[in-house]
Amino acid sequence: MRILALSLALLAAPAWSQSPRSGLEFQGEDIRRLQGDDFANPAMLWAERGAAAWQRKQGAANTSCADCHGAVEQSMRGVAARLPAWDARLGRVSTLEGRITACITREQRAAEPAPESHDLVGLLAYVALPSRGMPLRVDVAGPAQASFERGRELYAKRIGQMNLACTHCHDRQAGKTLLAEKISQGQPTAWPAYRMEWQAAGTLERRLRACFLGVRAEMPNYRDDDLVALQLYLAWRAQGLPLEAPGVRR
Amino acid sequence: MKRRHFLQLGGIGLASTALPLHAQQLMPAQDLAPLIRAVVGDAAPKSGRIRITLPQLAENGNSVPLELNVDSPMTEAEHVRSLHVFAERNPRPLIASFHLGPHAGRARVTTRIRLAGSQRVVAIAVLSDGSAWSNEVEVVVTSAACLDEMSL
Amino acid sequence: MTEAVNVGRLRVPPRAKRGEVVEIRLLLQHPMENGFRRDTLGRSVPRNIIHRLVAHYDGREILRAELGTGMAANPYFAFFTRAGASGEVIIEWEDDLGVKGSLRAPIEVS
Repeated sequence: MRILALSLALLAAPAWSQSPRSGLEFQGEDIRRLQGDDFANPAMLWAERGAAAWQRKQGAANTSCADCHGAVEQSMRGVAARLPAWDARLGRVSTLEGRITACITREQRAAEPAPESHDLVGLLAYVALPSRGMPLRVDVAGPAQASFERGRELYAKRIGQMNLACTHCHDRQAGKTLLAEKISQGQPTAWPAYRMEWQAAGTLERRLRACFLGVRAEMPNYRDDDLVALQLYLAWRAQGLPLEAPGVRR
Repeated sequence: MKRRHFLQLGGIGLASTALPLHAQQLMPAQDLAPLIRAVVGDAAPKSGRIRITLPQLAENGNSVPLELNVDSPMTEAEHVRSLHVFAERNPRPLIASFHLGPHAGRARVTTRIRLAGSQRVVAIAVLSDGSAWSNEVEVVVTSAACLDEMSL
Repeated sequence: MTEAVNVGRLRVPPRAKRGEVVEIRLLLQHPMENGFRRDTLGRSVPRNIIHRLVAHYDGREILRAELGTGMAANPYFAFFTRAGASGEVIIEWEDDLGVKGSLRAPIEVS
């Protein structure tokens, strides 16, 4: 009997496991209201910038995103909720940012946009908008599996001077208070998002890099394979939660 | 250096290891009287008439929602001429002056401000009859729990 | 992130009744650099804020703001005007680098 109880306990989800909840639920009233107000949400300024960038012809090919893809409302509907995903042409798992930068360098034959440049963050926000409200659903099987497993491993791996893994804060301590803030589950549904701390909109990669710094670990470079793997794992972990991008966070 | 000062500094050093950098740079409260005189003149503001809506507790001092509101018919004969807002611990306490007039229709302005830490926020309204009115609120600004690249 | 920023959003009700008090909402993309920050190499970031903003409607000034370093980045404003005649709401601003911007939106008054 005792052995049965023990093995049942081992089979059951750990005590700290919770059903996925949007990071919005861990924000204060002002941020929740701001994200709900499409006029006042400052991230929409970036989306507007992205709308202009979508129409702008550039590069040696002198083409715009719209020349090939038409209106985002049709061509990009659902795309942001399915990424990161394996990209056969690139031969690796790619984020939405990876897809867009590949398109810019390969199709428009323009210079690769710098990480976190206003126009790039703007394009991410603008392309994500038609997928707002759609549940996250990423494919982690097949060729994406190795990256997914790497992401899962990184999520649980202790790093930095604080010797903490993602899971220590965002699973075991989620919902508890750190200084005056509620620790979130680390769900990635708002990104790109306007972050009060930055006084600007930025990508999930920028937010994750800040987490590495938070535990006093070495920050991976932007667009590093490990950051992509982590984003794939986070998207899988958040499956079913609706996309909120572009959102607002502390 | 006197021993007492040294101990105080040591105490600050100890406390600050747990706090992000921007939370350590608390400005002393500044005397707002001369700044208020500069915008309203010699008429001493009376207490009342202007309402300040600010959260009691702000999550992030970079962007705090603020509303200033005065009950006024906003006619040629009787209107609000200007609204001014000050934060006594901000490096520059005068945050903004809004000049209105009868064409504004309603004496209400909403915006978002920066607050360098917990402090008193004072707002002044100057009316068309030359009178000045003031009100104040205390706001607690909390520090970010996590380090960020910008705090380095 | 030194790209020129010139994005803004202005919302006014497109139609209003004469005498009605209508809300004007404005959101501008601007870093509102307060001049007290340092970059990652320790260099002081020079102050650059929108220091002046004026709103006109139907040829009359309805709001004039003098702004300081205590204004939030990407500043937001909501204020009011009384609908008189059909006309345009015109917002004009200027920052410390002398960069000027403007936005306009019509109100049809019946």
